Amino acid sequence: MAALLEVSGLKAFYGQTQSLYDVAFDIPMGGITTLLGANGAGKTTTLRAICNMVRTDGTIRFDGKNIRGMATEEIVRQRIAHVPEGRGTFTTLTVDENLRIAAYTRKDKQAVKDELERVFVYFPRLKERIQQQAGTLSGGEQQMLAIARALMLKPRLMLLDEPSFGLAPLIVLEIFRILRRINEEEKVSILLVEQNAALALDLATHAYVLETGKVVMSGPSDVVKNDENVRKSYLGY
Amino acid sequence: MEQFLQQIASGLANGAIYACVALALVMIYVSTDHINFAQGEMAMFSTYISWQLMSWGMSFWVAFALTVIISFAMGVLIERLILRPLHNAPVLSIIVVFIGLLAIFNSMAGAFWSYLIKEFPSPFPKSDFGIAGVIGPHQLGVVLITLIVLGLLFVFFRYTPLGLAMRAAAQNPQSARLVGVRVDWMLALGWGLAASVGAVAGIMVAHIVYLEPNMMGGILLYAFASALVGGISNPAGAVAGGFIVGILENMVAYAGNQLEKATGIYIIGNGEKLTVALIIVIFVLTVKPAGLFGRVVVKRV
Repeated sequence: MAALLEVSGLKAFYGQTQSLYDVAFDIPMGGITTLLGANGAGKTTTLRAICNMVRTDGTIRFDGKNIRGMATEEIVRQRIAHVPEGRGTFTTLTVDENLRIAAYTRKDKQAVKDELERVFVYFPRLKERIQQQAGTLSGGEQQMLAIARALMLKPRLMLLDEPSFGLAPLIVLEIFRILRRINEEEKVSILLVEQNAALALDLATHAYVLETGKVVMSGPSDVVKNDENVRKSYLGY
Repeated sequence: MEQFLQQIASGLANGAIYACVALALVMIYVSTDHINFAQGEMAMFSTYISWQLMSWGMSFWVAFALTVIISFAMGVLIERLILRPLHNAPVLSIIVVFIGLLAIFNSMAGAFWSYLIKEFPSPFPKSDFGIAGVIGPHQLGVVLITLIVLGLLFVFFRYTPLGLAMRAAAQNPQSARLVGVRVDWMLALGWGLAASVGAVAGIMVAHIVYLEPNMMGGILLYAFASALVGGISNPAGAVAGGFIVGILENMVAYAGNQLEKATGIYIIGNGEKLTVALIIVIFVLTVKPAGLFGRVVVKRV
């Protein structure tokens, strides 16, 4: 399978502090890849580095083109959608506006309408809340809104930062089911960062394990799942 | 009674001006968290530009439209050239820049057009306009123009994709970037719009206060007060605040005059309008720190 995103020699810095050291990984076209790691391992930083939200060095190729150093908004326009940590809801805007903002550069109004309907197929609950202020949604609904908004960008690659964070287990399962459908039906490749390693490894086809800013292990998720260290450190049995 | 209505009417006209300038302040505040102290001087400078255009033979409304466009460009340029490099600068540096801009515009206007007071025309016909005895034609015109400008801005922000992008960029810049909004340009556009709205206010008020480099000084204070009363992060509140402050200051002076007539004791009059307005502002902020229509911002720590 061809790689959609190729990352190599990736370093990231917060001020003078380096938090990624030569991270390298590939994301196969059409697959779901997960980044595992403890708190502070550099998972979120890796996602932020892809979208140039931290200072970086190295190469990040998307579809063969080096995107490192491009402005965040231009990277997004290459159809990389980033669902940030904490969901990034526009709390004072309505659900409708939260979704439409992702399509604001598009001229074709009918296409945007169709797009909205398509997104509501995955998230019927958002349709019921369409005129509600986004800040009044529940946590699970806000997470759905964030994913729906990313979907409005017609992404080829979706970066998800802890979509399970702070949500009830049932909601998490629902969201993960939707992610699988999005991956299969929309042909969106996914890079998933998750604390809940068991869940992430079930969903993903490939996994990378980060420790203190370095990739320490990688492989198909079945293999990673059965690795003894991973089992002990991240799966807890 | 008629005098009372007159006072309300002139309060509305003043309030319309305060509302415009307050809105300009709020537009920049919501996207940058800074109060642009130079907003008034920028408006004054714009007013001089329109005066210059008119003295070159343009009609009032042509000069008006052209000035609004020029002011827009001026606002965009100030953001791109002067404030852009200061994006990560400490608040105090930015405040110093604002004060610097204030002084620069003030002295430029003085240098180009002198400090002599100039008369400024009113575009509104003298007769058959306004409600005889209560509100003059210019005052009524000011209120109408302001309402049109506010209406246009409302439609722009509420119903156009670009307006939505600007609101999103102001509310959550990082998320806005993540949906492809060019946040830096949205800021520059915000500056442009604020400068344009300020220009409208300047052109409208110049007929009343006359044109001179310091004409906006007091008005900026009132506008700041209006924005605070309405809630500094709430555009609709700022507009309401403008009208409230405008009417309030006239009511206070009116009440003072009536009192003096009735009892012969002078307590308060036209001279104390600004003082009283500011006292009221302080009172509002003490009782309701977020302003009348503002929301209390809760920070998670």
